[in-house]
Amino acid sequence: MEKFWRDAVEFLPILMHGVALTIIVTLGSLVLSTLLGLVWALMRVSGVAVLSGLSAGLINVIRGIPIIVLLFYLYFVMPDLGITLTALQAAILGLGIAYSAYQAENFRAGIEAIDKGQIEAAQAIGMGWWLTMRRVVLPQAVRIVLPPYGNIMIMMLKDSSQASTITVAELALQGKLIASSTFKNMSVFTLVALMYLTMSIPLILLVRHFEKRAGKR
Amino acid sequence: MIDLIDVHKSFGKTEVLKGISASVQKGEVVCIIGPSGSGKSTILRCINGLESYEAGDIRVDGAKVDRNAPSIVAIRTQVSMVFQRFNLFPHRTALENVIEGPVFVKKEPREAALRRGRELLAQVGLAEKADAYPPQLSGGQQQRVAIARALAMQPKAILFDEPTSALDPELVGDVLSVMRKLADDGMTMVVVTHEMGFAKDVADRVLFIDGGVIVEQGPAKSVLNQPQHPRTRDFLHRVLHPLE
Repeated sequence: MEKFWRDAVEFLPILMHGVALTIIVTLGSLVLSTLLGLVWALMRVSGVAVLSGLSAGLINVIRGIPIIVLLFYLYFVMPDLGITLTALQAAILGLGIAYSAYQAENFRAGIEAIDKGQIEAAQAIGMGWWLTMRRVVLPQAVRIVLPPYGNIMIMMLKDSSQASTITVAELALQGKLIASSTFKNMSVFTLVALMYLTMSIPLILLVRHFEKRAGKR
Repeated sequence: MIDLIDVHKSFGKTEVLKGISASVQKGEVVCIIGPSGSGKSTILRCINGLESYEAGDIRVDGAKVDRNAPSIVAIRTQVSMVFQRFNLFPHRTALENVIEGPVFVKKEPREAALRRGRELLAQVGLAEKADAYPPQLSGGQQQRVAIARALAMQPKAILFDEPTSALDPELVGDVLSVMRKLADDGMTMVVVTHEMGFAKDVADRVLFIDGGVIVEQGPAKSVLNQPQHPRTRDFLHRVLHPLE
């Protein structure tokens, strides 16, 4: 145990660099996936056949490709097509796109759960499609969508470790690098696991808060 | 001001309106009665474009009602609707529900809309409930907020789709008396209802609809007191004497 603490003191500063990148990747792809997911979901419920078909197709393609393959594609294949991304950009873009499919399905479920009467009431006072969404549907859908959204956040935090496969030196990769140079596998990976857990605790609490609030209504 | 000319409407293979022709004059109160499934509500929903219709013509002040044309917004701001299940926005207070249309659709200044909104809530007897959320209100109170919300658009006419059918019996009176006051003030109203007492007292004219056609129409008292058509007679008998 004493040895573990000594190792912890020694490795923590380096691992903290990884934590910073993990947070950047997670937040970046969270924002991107939320925006894209909202776009896909709105296309899906737009009532315009071309848009909803396109969105349904996109979501299925994205869902059908493993995240790691998507990352490889962005980082290793795109340069051949003349688009060079840094590892960090590719990681955020890849995770953002991959998760946008799940975000979209969650948002769509929330939107479709809103009572039809709400939409009719909005139309009856002259609201168009966008105003109905913005003022009536989305504010109510948010309450439904938040608990699963919190779960997606936790999954994204953990899946940000996949960025290590394209050389982003986030927490998992930092751990692996230290472990392979010091052979202190036990200490290093215990630390890495504890640090992921520590980062997810605020998110878990947030989900619980959302669920309580949703349950009140 | 509202004219329907030979309106046909189907849901899939079922034709629910089989050629409805009727008109509502300015200031008139018209009650539509008839058995459930007869197409009463569908008529209202066609008038403000919540449903499309396949054939015929619906006009509001001469403007054609076409739910896919941009002009539908103008028509909806002139013809308000009150729903059976109120359909208040649950995430907004009573007052916010009332000013939603004026502020966001008609772009009225918020201050003026708030002032008018409070007046309207007072008019329906709910001045003290301005800051309550719909789930905190009784059904009757919610429906009165919904009427205030409809009035806030300063409409030329209001369509009521069975406004008291979802209410506990003891709350029906409050809503009906608000509606009667509106009628007395000269509001043009089309009311789908099962409240025969209200129709008799308040309506200028009654349309009896069955099977997607207008079976009988005329001044409220004569249709309700001396129905000519056997189907009207049968319907009224069953509504007024359900146990016989």
